Amino acid sequence: MFSIWAANQNLLLKLLKANNMLSIRNSVKLLLGGVILFQVSCSKSFSGRTDNTPALTPSKSDIDAGLWKPILLTSPTEFAVPAPVATTTPEYIAQISEIKSWQENLSNEEKDMVKYWSAGAVLRWNEILRELVAKHNLPPYQNPDRTYPAPNANNPLAYPTFPFANPPYSARAYAYVSAAQYDALVAAYHYKKLYNRSAPYKVDAAIKVLIPQNDLPSYPSEDAVVAGAAVEVMKLMFPGDQEFIQQKAEEHKRARIIAGANVRSDIEAGEALGKAVAAKFVTRARGDRAGTAGGNAAAWKQLETDCIARGEQPWYSLESPKRPPMLPIFGKVKTFLFDSLTAVSLRPGPPPLTGSPKMLDETKEILGYVNNPTRERLRIVHFWADGAGTVTPPGHWDAIAAEDFITKNFSEVRWARNMALLNMSLMDAAIVCWDTKYFYFNPRPCQLDPKIKTLTGVPNFPAYISGHSTFSGAAAQILGHIVPDRKAAYEAMAKEASDSRMFGGIHYRADCEVGLQVGAKIGNHAIIRAQGDGAGN
Amino acid sequence: MNNSKKRTLFSVLCTACLASAVAQTDIDGIMMTKNNFCVGPVYSYSSWKNYWEGTLKRDNENLGTVSTQQFAVMGNYGISDKLNVLFNVPYVKTKATDGTLHGLKGFQDLSLFVKYMPVEKKIGKSDISLYAIGGVSTPLTNYTPDFLPMSIGLASTNVMLRAMADYQRGKFFTTISGTYIWRSNVKIDRDSYYDTELHLSNEVEMPNVATFNFRAGYRSQSLIAEAVVNNMTTLGGFDITKNNMPFPSNKMNATMVGVNFKYVVIAFPELSVIAGANTTVAGRNVGQSTGFYGGLFYVFDLGRKSKSTPQTSQSK
Repeated sequence: MFSIWAANQNLLLKLLKANNMLSIRNSVKLLLGGVILFQVSCSKSFSGRTDNTPALTPSKSDIDAGLWKPILLTSPTEFAVPAPVATTTPEYIAQISEIKSWQENLSNEEKDMVKYWSAGAVLRWNEILRELVAKHNLPPYQNPDRTYPAPNANNPLAYPTFPFANPPYSARAYAYVSAAQYDALVAAYHYKKLYNRSAPYKVDAAIKVLIPQNDLPSYPSEDAVVAGAAVEVMKLMFPGDQEFIQQKAEEHKRARIIAGANVRSDIEAGEALGKAVAAKFVTRARGDRAGTAGGNAAAWKQLETDCIARGEQPWYSLESPKRPPMLPIFGKVKTFLFDSLTAVSLRPGPPPLTGSPKMLDETKEILGYVNNPTRERLRIVHFWADGAGTVTPPGHWDAIAAEDFITKNFSEVRWARNMALLNMSLMDAAIVCWDTKYFYFNPRPCQLDPKIKTLTGVPNFPAYISGHSTFSGAAAQILGHIVPDRKAAYEAMAKEASDSRMFGGIHYRADCEVGLQVGAKIGNHAIIRAQGDGAGN
Repeated sequence: MNNSKKRTLFSVLCTACLASAVAQTDIDGIMMTKNNFCVGPVYSYSSWKNYWEGTLKRDNENLGTVSTQQFAVMGNYGISDKLNVLFNVPYVKTKATDGTLHGLKGFQDLSLFVKYMPVEKKIGKSDISLYAIGGVSTPLTNYTPDFLPMSIGLASTNVMLRAMADYQRGKFFTTISGTYIWRSNVKIDRDSYYDTELHLSNEVEMPNVATFNFRAGYRSQSLIAEAVVNNMTTLGGFDITKNNMPFPSNKMNATMVGVNFKYVVIAFPELSVIAGANTTVAGRNVGQSTGFYGGLFYVFDLGRKSKSTPQTSQSK
């Protein structure tokens, strides 16, 4: 860049010299010099909000977390972790030497790696998962015959790549990763207390410690448990990104050894435990009915026929060519926080009839919003849109939660527990919301009134109830329990997220208000779980 | 959530629109004489149906044809015969014919240019002049750049430096210029976004841009008729991924060709009429836009009490 400027300057000066216009030459020189200075002083680099997150320093060790109630595990000892070798053995001493040899020549890249991962294992893996969701949250492009191809898990890299990480798919991915990490950590903390092997820096004072020290036993490594569980579940959810996922895991494990936080056997035992626990979640995921949630042409037609038979106007895809509805049978997916009967009981009563004066009024209200898009309303629409190519609304709530959790100095196991509570709420919100959407099959505002043009993309599924509202209602409810001092803020955010869908022309008022209420009820189930899981909040 | 979109080239950069207008703009070899102030309205319309998603050319039934209308006031004041200042204030309105996306409208970016002609030499029957042009543009309103292709602009503050040479022999001329545009980062309404990785920020790094402009044609006191080729290359940025939405920091490249006309009303030489048209012949992450424009300019002589014929120093 600099050389381009310099070249320009030289060329100009040469031309000016030919004309012997000295004073002008100097002023041009000054001008160019000024621009160059401006260029150099105005660096474009900026930091992400969590780039400089300090190393995690838990305010409580939660050493008794082995007693907390797991989600799928029958007990923390369901998967055995062998007793570690004593810290006096030659094998252990060799592992201490490995740390020291790493530390002899630390590159800046390695130091950055330690800094990055020390912010928290659950935090970083949640961010990595959000990145994969955003990368894959793209609807497939149509075939030449105007049908749409479906991503294929068995051939994930062929177009359309697997998965289409839409909101229900992503809600499920966030939930499984978080829940598996939590259960694996409950088991890990059980074994930590049982075996009580000290961290390498407590054994050998000559080790340089690049992270804050604490008294938590280091076998098995909580970081490796989190990484192992993440890798195992993410391999199922994002099979085309295994190399990327694996590379992150390798960096994570290495960062812990480099930092002097763990010896290799801490890491290996942790990773094995994380993977074993996660395998149980993978088995559940394979059988949770998500695989058939896309339905088929007959099922899609049936939804329309049933709606017409009820005397209502059915939903139609507003895309051209018409796209099959997104995951119409996702409402049948197995919930985490309650049973299937409860899930059905959470389905709200019907929306206003499509021919009713009430629906006409609600449609008019939305037309009013889109025809008068104030800058503030547009900001709200876009802040909460979380549409194609984004982390989705569940991912947005994960980000909100994570950035608050950073300030709370939770232990890794508490981080995992809180993220699991949030993400199980969001997944169950997706299930109840999708069940409701396809039960009523209610049209979007811009279908009932084509004068309504939207200020963000229209999702390809029925309106009632609003997904954003259901997700946000659930998230605000459980987060208000976990971080009580932020309860009012979460509720205000949920309301704004919900309103954003009216302002954008995506939803009617009934979709949003009922969505928030249903979401809050789902969040209450997470609160009940939280109150009984032994974590004491 | 699943509409794929594209933006129009017209609002990519102020230079792209100014490049199409011919009346003593920042990119032509014409200067206003000292104390003359030329000002007037310009209307332009451009639209596209096809666009380049990365390098893949496609259409989008969920957009149909996307159009941009621009209502601008442009002006040029001669501080001296060799030093002019120019401005442009556009009001922009977008619309898509199909799909559900709502158009946006508003005042876009104020542009200011200083155009300096340090060298003007007569060699035989030929005139050669050299120019240095500096400019800035900055949003007049807090519009969002993150609703492409319906956004009215990209919202960066730009600093631009251009070197230009003009050669005229008789009534025929040719002008070439090269421009480097430094673009500031922009803020979007979201607090995270994915380009080729996830960013937990509302700040977007905007790659800089280089443009090259070639124009040639006929130039007399009363009529200018010229053909223009303009090439814009974004120095960085990323491609729109398949069936994704465009993003402000995409690698937007475009080669446009066009024609421009300016007619000075002989009976009333303060008044001139401009018109022109252009089309995009190659591109990347931009709409294949075709457009036209028209405008009226009036020259005020702010320097003298007595009325005299306004002149542009290069219009021989």
